[in-house]
Amino acid sequence: MTTSVAMVLLILGCALVTWIPRILPFILVKNMKMPKIVLRWLAYIPVCILSALVIEGFFEKEEAIVTVHWLNVMAFIPTLFIALLTKSLSKTVIAGVLTMAGLRLFFG
Amino acid sequence: MERIEQKPLTPDTFLQGVKDCVPTLLGYISIGLAFGVVGIASGISVLEVFLLSVLVYAGSAQFIFCGLYLAGAPVTAVIATIFIVNLRHLLMSLTIAPYFTKYSMLRNIGFGTLLTDETFGVSVVSAGKEGRLGGKWMDGLNITAYTTWIAACTIGGVIGQWLPDPEKWGLDYALVAMFVALLVLTLASIPKEKLMHYIKLILIMVISMYGMLYFMPGHLAVLLSTVIVATIGVALEK
Repeated sequence: MTTSVAMVLLILGCALVTWIPRILPFILVKNMKMPKIVLRWLAYIPVCILSALVIEGFFEKEEAIVTVHWLNVMAFIPTLFIALLTKSLSKTVIAGVLTMAGLRLFFG
Repeated sequence: MERIEQKPLTPDTFLQGVKDCVPTLLGYISIGLAFGVVGIASGISVLEVFLLSVLVYAGSAQFIFCGLYLAGAPVTAVIATIFIVNLRHLLMSLTIAPYFTKYSMLRNIGFGTLLTDETFGVSVVSAGKEGRLGGKWMDGLNITAYTTWIAACTIGGVIGQWLPDPEKWGLDYALVAMFVALLVLTLASIPKEKLMHYIKLILIMVISMYGMLYFMPGHLAVLLSTVIVATIGVALEK
């Protein structure tokens, strides 16, 4: 249970750069009306970010080329299936973790 | 004429927010535990694991912090990387913030401070279904997630001393599985006639991510692809 002044300052620095992007829109949006086109654009952000975060795991960089991360893609298929079937967050997470644990057991 | 008031599906109470947070808790717990274990493995103390989860409160940033710390990266590189990784919150925050304009500045700063990928996902799904978001509900959601995260990370740090290799049990995949579920839930709240448009965008996203990963790290590719594909989405509307 120890730390140093330098470490605390580093963590505070990281906290600050994490905090600013989170709160800035809440401060800005409160004081101005957003143009329609921006709101239309924003409507696409959730699906885009979430799919980008999922797709990020499909690939891995090896030296100079990007290859398919087959283990993650294999785990994705039953996870997606359970998500579509149950529309449940917790069931999907459990299914995903179990699938990945099983795949690692067989494919290392 | 009698007006038909549509009743909101979920009431704006703190308790309802807590309840709607519960399905995401397994994700926070498994990733938090994994973070604690990884943190200890990369040479930071339990107190530092605790401070990171309280002050930074962002899983990906915390993992990157450990990675960079272990690699002996300079302070400026650590802070700059964390900034870029968390820039995606700017987009999430921009999406959620318009629902809260009637609340005070201080409360808005509170909502923003506790925004995460998961609370964002849950709110977007709720906003998509009901067309509004309540402040008390948001607080319940946020505070449940925040306290669970801090507890999970810290406990992970404590047990990290005798539990190596959380990956073996697939715990690291909890994060991705959660994104898959949130994506499906978000798509389920989109009007049927627009679904094909969104599926097209997801296919474009696959190509975009693949291409960009040649030139930049994953977190940057996520950010840039999101901006580009959302713009394509607006351009290809109707």
